[in-house]
This record gives sequence, structure tokens and C-alpha cells, in this order.
Amino acid sequence: MTARAKKASATTGKKGRPAPLFDGAEWDFETLQRTYEAIEIIALEDLGLDVYPNQIEIISSEQMLDAYCSIGMPLMYEHWSFGKRFIHDEERYRKGYQGLAYEIVINSSPCISYCMEENTMAVQALVMAHAAFGHNHFFKNNYLFQQWTDAEAILDYLDFAKHYVTECEERHGVSAVEEILDAAHALMDQSVFRYRRPSKLKQGEEEERRREHREHDEKSYRELWRTLPVVKDADQPDEAECETRERKARLNLPEENILYFLEKNSPGLEDWQRELLRIVRNTAQYFYPQKQTKMMNEGCATFVHYHIVNELYDRGQITEGALLEILHNHSNVVFQPGFDDQRFSGLNPYALGFAMMQDIKRICTEPTDEDRDWFPNIAGNDDWRATLKDVWANYRDESFILQFLSPRLIREFKLFLLSDKASQRHVSVDAIHNEQGYEKVRKALAASYDVTATEPDIQIVDVDLHGDRELVLRHSVHNGIVLDEKTRVDVLDYVGRLWGYAVRLEGIDLASGRNPYTERVGGPGEKSDD
Amino acid sequence: MIHLIDRRLNPRDKSLGNRQRFLRRARRQIKEAVDKAVSERDVADAGQGGKISIPSKGISEPRFRHSRSGGNHERVFPGNEEYVPGDKIPKPQGDAGGGGKDASEGGEGADEFVFALSRSEFLDILFEDLELPDLIKSTLKDTKAVRPQRAGYSNYGTTPNLNVLRTMRNSIGRRVVLNRPTSTAILDLQNEWDELKAKDQLDAAQQQRLLALWNEIEELKRRQRAVPFIDPVDIRYNRYDPKPEPKTKAVMFCLMDVSGSMGQHEKDLAKRFFILLHLFLQRKYQRVELVFIRHTHVAQEVDEQTFFYSQESGGTKVSTALVEMQEVIRQRFPVSDWNIYAAQASDGDNIANDTGLCVELLENELLPLCQFYAYVEILTEQEVSRYAGTSNGKELWRGYRAVDEQWSKFSMKHIAKRSDIYPVFRELFAKNDKRVRVA
Repeated sequence: MTARAKKASATTGKKGRPAPLFDGAEWDFETLQRTYEAIEIIALEDLGLDVYPNQIEIISSEQMLDAYCSIGMPLMYEHWSFGKRFIHDEERYRKGYQGLAYEIVINSSPCISYCMEENTMAVQALVMAHAAFGHNHFFKNNYLFQQWTDAEAILDYLDFAKHYVTECEERHGVSAVEEILDAAHALMDQSVFRYRRPSKLKQGEEEERRREHREHDEKSYRELWRTLPVVKDADQPDEAECETRERKARLNLPEENILYFLEKNSPGLEDWQRELLRIVRNTAQYFYPQKQTKMMNEGCATFVHYHIVNELYDRGQITEGALLEILHNHSNVVFQPGFDDQRFSGLNPYALGFAMMQDIKRICTEPTDEDRDWFPNIAGNDDWRATLKDVWANYRDESFILQFLSPRLIREFKLFLLSDKASQRHVSVDAIHNEQGYEKVRKALAASYDVTATEPDIQIVDVDLHGDRELVLRHSVHNGIVLDEKTRVDVLDYVGRLWGYAVRLEGIDLASGRNPYTERVGGPGEKSDD
Repeated sequence: MIHLIDRRLNPRDKSLGNRQRFLRRARRQIKEAVDKAVSERDVADAGQGGKISIPSKGISEPRFRHSRSGGNHERVFPGNEEYVPGDKIPKPQGDAGGGGKDASEGGEGADEFVFALSRSEFLDILFEDLELPDLIKSTLKDTKAVRPQRAGYSNYGTTPNLNVLRTMRNSIGRRVVLNRPTSTAILDLQNEWDELKAKDQLDAAQQQRLLALWNEIEELKRRQRAVPFIDPVDIRYNRYDPKPEPKTKAVMFCLMDVSGSMGQHEKDLAKRFFILLHLFLQRKYQRVELVFIRHTHVAQEVDEQTFFYSQESGGTKVSTALVEMQEVIRQRFPVSDWNIYAAQASDGDNIANDTGLCVELLENELLPLCQFYAYVEILTEQEVSRYAGTSNGKELWRGYRAVDEQWSKFSMKHIAKRSDIYPVFRELFAKNDKRVRVA
């Protein structure tokens, strides 16, 4: 590698500076290759990144739209909702409401980055540094991705899923498959293991293995199918209590992963339907780490591309014009409008992420007294590379903010905390960027990145085995925030279709123990208007 | 290690399957939207694809999500310029979150989903309950027939299109210019040489001549080889240009009773009928003019908007429309230049003594000029079932029955619902055999 680096710097141009890697907007594959190699040298030797092998694919804008709507995956089974997204995005793109991303990168090994053919060479360089090294390093090293996703297997698994869905459509009809997928998609957010590690992705064997399991279960004993009521002894109320506990233990209740529970326990589903549920929840699981690290992931990639292109410029490998073009794009990406700006739509993950990474570098190299106070562990350690790599590997958005958002950044972003209580007619400003406010702002901001808190916490808690087999879901209500009424009925209806019997959803306020709402839908059999 | 892959040539339309699934899923809403679009559009534009908007309700993807109202929320925002802790800000009406997220959706209402249908998708849905056979659907959707037409010569082409005459002419010209020896010239010399060679005794001059001949023959042969008989530059192909099928022009008269008894439903059915006829004619003729004549007890040529949407009060005198049509034909559409089609829609009412006049006008004046004349009587379902099986109908119907029997280019039908419209068109195709009627 060092030899190559020397060789690269040895090819000097007229004025003693090395000849730039490219000149002008046009790109070709040779230039891409050359530029990639130069970027790779900086990424691996200077930054010391650790990446999956890279695969860079050049695609047209239409293909980019395609990739957009199948949630960024190169292979996806077919479903109308992807078509809806495509039509929507296409419409907006054609009207000019929305530009397309320069790239899409996939957490797989090899790590696939899509680059649009319309990009200029300078932007291609930016994109390669951003996706093929920034995101790639993050995917490979962050603990969430390491624990929860299987980069080696995902492409094969999606390929299996696509074919499996097609096969089901052929065998059982498109609408039968659609019914299951619609219902499963509605439950995707509540169908990840948050605390338990999921099993490795395997394909094909699933159906087989489950059939064996079920045969075994059926041969032994099936609590769910018991038709004779258990004789209750009025003198011994404790027995019922025991029995409930035992039943819950047998069904592994409570269960946070709704699709998992339905896949394993729903009485009426056929094997292929269970497999479809499994495919959907595996997809959801795969994306779960991305949800929790969006800000960090973008921050890492943006920091990496920023460092690399500046380094390229310092080494004379790109021209001033190319650098300016890249910086122009860069500053568009990290633009953060204020809350009262028309363009405001929440905190920009690129802006916050990039600022925090830069800030950590600053704290490591040029700390102020305040930084020493707040970050005694890293302030002035002069090794920002190792510090950042440690951060990228061991945090998610929530813990990252909680740990590393500095007072200086809070001041720079002029962050303030609004508190909106149902009981009051005013929204009150609770904290701003001052000495008393830093901790509060930081804590609240971190909480807003906590997926477990921002997404409704809904678990399956019980099944009424002796009555009408009603399935009971519990929504743990925090801060009095209930579920949106319209959608909760619709989604519950989907649960009912998958379960086959009645379903009840109870909202239980954890603080007060109150029950602000209960929703119930009958099973398909009970519905008269269906 | 890097793999650079060019995917741009991969098959396009990866999302087509998803798009079709979406269209099927939202079929009902899209159909409503298309119906609405058709009723808003002009007859001539109805066949185009285009933008439609459907309510997003049926295609929503519900998820459990937190309600935006109620409860206690804490949110952090950037860009504070003026607030200090303890400031109170009145809550915005309705939305408690106060974020700008919904506003940034780009001006589209959140309840509407707007997208464009292609012409073929649009027509598919438009035809859906007209019960058109597939063959006719596909011929209707076919935009333009093209025929290759000779258009000069080309240097490129396929062997079957080789133009021998042109190629040879070029070849000869080139051979003359480059002075290519002809085979006869060589043959003459060859004969002379053979003759000399055959002799037993040759004098010195003859010896010389023999040698000269030999050299000359070799030189000519060399030049012949150097200049080919047919060179690629000589070759010419016949060139063909795709030319739209030559079509003449047609005019389509839309006649409609707009008196009070024709409601919006009746007009809507009539419009569909007119649209379909227009699409048929568009396929057959390059240029199709539309003339709208409405009538109550007086007739008037009007523009399309007025035709379909303005309500007139008055009696019903059908013959006035026929007279008006005759007048328009006389003034603007000479039969020598125009193919004339007419479609008349009415609820069948007419004042008693007028029908005879109508029949007379049709038989003596109009039908001889027309290619085809369709009459649709728009009834309620009860009325249709009452007349079903009989050849009976309302006032105008009874009068027109005689015309129907006389003229093969006249066709009449009762219409109560959309699926009734198509059989009228069936007769366009079966017009030579009046027995092939659809019940």
C-alpha cells in the first residue's frame, strides 16, 4: 500500500504538484477506478477504516427511483405499496419537488453502493468516499449492525424472499398473498426483537423446520385447541392464577414481536403464510439498526467524505474546482434551517451528525476548559481517529447524543426545549442553550432519538384460551400519549385477520395504571359486513 | 478491492410489476377518478392518458403510531433567537406538535394521491365496464397505423432492399471513370494471342507482338482485379420511411336533446357514447372534426361545454336538430371532402307531429350523406325492461324503426347503463349484415 501511495505521489505534474486524478465533469470507468484507489489509500491508511469489500454500481435515474421505492434494496419482492411509492416519488421527481439522492448504499458484504450516472466526476468522488467508505465502515463496525444484521446473508435472503413470494403468488393467487403482506407490513414496526438476538438468516429450511415443529407440537399437546373447559374449583382461586402464569410461560408471553408470535402461534395460518410473515419480520429486523443509528451513520459518512476530499485536495489529487463543487454539495447536505424557517422539517441528521463528529475531533485536538470539564475522557487526547472509531463502533443515536453533545454545539445550533403538556394551553420553553439548559436539552434530544420510546410499545400479553381465543395486546402508554385512533383500528383489524379470532388492544398508562382506551375487533368469523 | 459495475443497461421497468399491483389495488378509486376525469374532459381529449388524483384512503398503509394530540410531549428545536426559559407560546390550533413536517409535503393535499396514467392504462379503465371485446380494445388503443413508404435511396440497408438498378448504375460509372478494362477487351487480346501462338512460324515482329500482347493482357487483368466490378460504395438500398396510413377526414355530429328531461346521468351516458364513437373515428381518419348540436324546441350549434353542461328549458322538437345538421353540412362539410358520421342521443321524447318530419329528413336528406348514423335512446332501467324483447319504444323510437329497417347505415339502441353502449358499436363492424344484431 505504501508503495502505491508513493507511486501515486510520484506522478507529478508540471508545477511540481502531482497531476490531478481528474479534470472536468465527465467521468469514465478508468477515472472512477483511479479515484477510488486514491480514496482508498486515504481511507485505509490515514483514517484506518475497516470496510467490507466494495461494489460500486452505476445506475440511471430511473433505476435510482426503482431502488428508492423498494426500500433501497436491490432485490425485493413485489407489492403494491412499492408501486405506490414509486409512482409518488416519480411524480415528485418529475415535477422537481425532490431531487434524487446521489447514492444508495446497502449494508451487505460486498457493500453495494449505487451511484447515479448523472453525477459529475467530482460528485462521484464525494459519493464513493461517503458511501463506500463512510457508511461501509459504520455498517461493518457498529455494534448494532454486528449483532443484529447479517451482511453476508442479506442479499441471498432477499433473493429467496422474492422468489418465494412470486411462487406463492403463482400457487395461491396474488390477492391471497397481498392480504398477508398488507397485514404483515402494518405490523412491521412492532415486529422486531429489541432485546433478544435474532437467529441467523436462513432460507428455505424455514418452512420445513416449522412443519416438523408443528407436527411435534400437535402430536404432543395443543393448549390452544383444547375444547373442554377446565373445571374450575371455586375453593382454590390460586390455581387459576397458576394456570395463567403457566399458560403465559408456555406461549412465551408477553411477546414484543407481534409477527413472530403470530407466525408461531396463530391457529389458522398455512405454512406459506407463516413463511411470509417471517420474511416481513426478518426484513423489519434488518432495518432496525438503521433506524437507531441514522444520525450517526450519516454523520460518520459525511465526516469521512469531508476528511477524504480535503485530504485529496491537500495531496494535489483533485483540482480546486472539484473541491469547490464537492464543498458546495456538502454544505447543501449539512444545511440546518431554524425551526421558524419554511424549509424546516426537523433536525437534519446529516447536519447534526457531521457537526458532532467534527466537534469530537475538535475536543480531542483543541479542547477548551469547558470541554475538559464535560469530556474529561477524550478532551485533548490528541487521537481523534481512535476516539471517533470507538464512537462509531459502540454507540447508537440516543446514547451518542447523551454522551457527546457538547455545550458548544448546543450553542451553535441554538437548541431549545419545548414542553407541551395536555393540561396546559401554552407550550412552554423549558430550556435553552445556557448553563442551566445544556443537560436538559441534551437529555430530551437524546430521548427523541430513542426508537423504543418514539415508537409505540405494544406487546402481546395474553390469549384467552378458555373463552373465544381472544388475543390481548397491551400498549404501554407513556406521558399520556395514546395511539392514533384511526390507524389503531385499521392495524388491529389486520392483527385480527392474521389471528383468526377476536383481538383486543388495551392502553395502559404506566404511571397511573389507568386504562385510557380499549379497542376490540372481532375475528373474521364474527363480522357480519365482511 | 473494488468491483465497478455498469448497471445502466439492466432491464428497465423493474417497478412495472409493482405499478400494476398498485393500479389493481386502487382499481375502484382509480376508476372513479377516471370517470370523473372523463366527465370533465372534452370528447376529443378523453382518450389521452394523464393526471388523476385519488383519495389516499383505500391505499393507506396503517401503522400503529402515536397520536399527535393529547399527552405530554417534549421536543428540541434548533435556531432559538429570542426565547428564554419560562416563555409561554400559545399552542397552534389543532396540531400540537407544531413541526413544519406536513407543510413541507409540497402543496399536495395529504388526502389526495396524484399520479399520471398512461394512455393505454387510462383507456383500459375507461373501457372496463363497456364490455368491449379485447380485440377492439387493442385496436382502439393502437394510436397510429404506419406504413413504410418508399423514400429515395440509402447507403445502408438490408439485402432484400438492394436496389440493383441504382447499384449497377453506380458501378458502371465508377468503372468507366477508373478505366476498368472490360472482359471483352481482354478476350479480344486473348484471342489474338491465341491466334499468334497457334502459328508455327513467327517472325520477329510477331514475336514482339506476342510478348506485348502477353504483357498487355496481364496488365489489363491486374487493373481489372484492382478495380472491382461492384464496390461497396456502389451499393444502394431502397429507403422506406414510416408514413402514417393515409386517412381522410371525417366529421362527427353529436346531436342531443337537452331539454329538462335529460338529466346529468343521461348526458353522462351520451358522453361516453360520443367518446367511444370519436375514438373509433380517430383510428380510421386522420382528422376528425366534432360538431355539437343541441336542441330543445329549437336547435343550435354550440361548443362542447355548453353542450354537456348547460340546461335548457323548453319543449322537444327533434327535427330542428336535423335541419341544423343539414345546414352545417351544406355550409362547411361538403360530402366530397368529408366522411360524415352522426350520433344522436335523446330520451325519446318528441312532440307528436314532428317525428314524421324527422323520418322524412333522415331518409331523404341526411342518410344519403352520412356514412353512419347512430341513434341511442337513453331510458331508465325499468323502461328498458318494459321494452325488452319488443321492438317498441318511445315516440322517436317508433318513428325511427321504419328508417332502421330501410337503411343499413342507420343503427338504433336503447341504453340504460354503460354496458349497453358497446352493442351499438358492434353494429359498426357488422353493418353489412343487419342480421348479426346483438340483442
